[in-house]
Amino acid sequence: MTADRDSALLRWLFLAPTMLGIGVFVVVPILGSLLLAFFRWDIISSPQFVGLSNFAEIATDRTVAVSFLNTAVFVVFAVAAQLAVAMLLAVLVQSQMPNWLRVFFRSTFFFPLVLSAASVSILMKYLFNESYGVVNWMLSLVGIPAVPWLTSTQWAMVVVIAVYVWQNFGFSFLLFIGGLSAIPTEVYEAGAIDGATGWRRFRQLTLPLVSPTVLVASVMAIISALQVFDQPYVLTRGGPGDSTRTVVMVIYESAFRQLEFGRASAIGLVLMVLIMLVTALQFRLARRFVFYQ
Amino acid sequence: MTRRLPTLAKYAALLVAAVLTLGPVWWTFTTSLRPAAESFSLPPSFFPTSPDFSSYTAVFEQIAVPLLVLNSALVTGVIAIGQMITAAMAGYVFARMEFRGKNLLFAIVLSTMMVPVQVTIVPVFMIIRGMGLSDTLLALILPAIPTAFGTFLMRQYFLGLPLELGEAAALDGASPWRTFFSVYAPLALSGMAIVGVLAFNYHWNEFFRPLIFMISEQNYTLPLGLVTLQGNLGTGSISIVLAGVILSMVPAVVVFLFGQRYLREGLTAGSSK
Repeated sequence: MTADRDSALLRWLFLAPTMLGIGVFVVVPILGSLLLAFFRWDIISSPQFVGLSNFAEIATDRTVAVSFLNTAVFVVFAVAAQLAVAMLLAVLVQSQMPNWLRVFFRSTFFFPLVLSAASVSILMKYLFNESYGVVNWMLSLVGIPAVPWLTSTQWAMVVVIAVYVWQNFGFSFLLFIGGLSAIPTEVYEAGAIDGATGWRRFRQLTLPLVSPTVLVASVMAIISALQVFDQPYVLTRGGPGDSTRTVVMVIYESAFRQLEFGRASAIGLVLMVLIMLVTALQFRLARRFVFYQ
Repeated sequence: MTRRLPTLAKYAALLVAAVLTLGPVWWTFTTSLRPAAESFSLPPSFFPTSPDFSSYTAVFEQIAVPLLVLNSALVTGVIAIGQMITAAMAGYVFARMEFRGKNLLFAIVLSTMMVPVQVTIVPVFMIIRGMGLSDTLLALILPAIPTAFGTFLMRQYFLGLPLELGEAAALDGASPWRTFFSVYAPLALSGMAIVGVLAFNYHWNEFFRPLIFMISEQNYTLPLGLVTLQGNLGTGSISIVLAGVILSMVPAVVVFLFGQRYLREGLTAGSSK
């Protein structure tokens, strides 16, 4: 039948660009990365099989260790802050208020998401400048001496986290708005009769009901925080010292600065496994804490 | 809903958050309107009394703004259109056709959604080199067109359209091609718009891949050009850099104003599988 042949042709023609593209630019590269991790290769001379020595090297390398530690600190604080700020603002925005105000606040909190992390980091770098930045100027108004935000090891990571959260909380906020607006008002009316108000109502009614959304939002926030690059690259280039060097920065430097492509692949694979483990762990924990209606 | 929450505290908190969110962008705008020599002066200028546009002309002299915009627009535009078309085609097949191996293929597509770009970047770099495309805009465009997320989104979209439409068309003797092009594709345009707006937002702002793939300055995209400008000027005159930052934000703000609904739908679509 010609209709059958027609639809078979359509099927394969329609699938070809996507499947071929994903094959060439995602599947083959993953396999390539797996293979490359066992080689030493600087792109100029021919690759040399080195067994597990790339992995042994990254396990003992100080910079790599520091970068994983930095990334862990970054993920914990950035994700906690991002989710807390987003939840607070989502609950406030969904509370009773004129509709135009709700629309205004909702759009405002979502706005930083459309800007580029590079541009945002450039302007934040000026705002946090020690001698002429607006942040220190404001602090000086209340008598606080200038803080060396980006040039001291103890403050640089704080700024990187703040800039990242500033730009990304809107994403979790959007998800929470969706979750909160799905809660039927009867639940609150019933809760009000039982005297559930304020914090207790949030803890005992709202939070359990949006817990599936909290799970999704935290998984997505952790996955993207583990891959942080643009902010530390533009703000500090990983410094001062190694204080803001993240895993992805080390991947970038190993591959495209030191031409250690095997090593870069090995670190990338460790990062990927880490992302998969964290995600699996979260869904495991979720079985205990998430409440599905 | 939260009538009992003290109203004053609620609005105060929201207002502070709004000021902290919009403040930095507003400061960027007003400072870009200060003469370059005054850009460091404190107190900062929060309200432009006598706007000075010299930084905007200076940014055109310092970096090849038209070229950067052209490169960014070309890369982003081709990727967005390419993603809309290929995702609609593949999504349609996954939603509406039955064949052996379909589930396996779709599982492969879905599983690649989780792979971070940093893991594949080195081999992709080599494949691009092997194709002879190093340091060309195609190095950014080609790998970004196949989209697992867009395919997933379009499949969901087509699944939401009534089956009867296609059946009726088939009964009338329409070929599978006609059924797609004149029945389903026109109905899927707003789904495609979501894919396009998301792709635009992501790739217009993209930094990591251009930083790696683009070597000669004539191929730089806007974010890369701005970071380079900042590096060159250092702390020379921040008004000029900030004028560039403001210029680079214009298209994103336009999309934000007119395509916000698509952006919101797309960003939250992945979470409601």
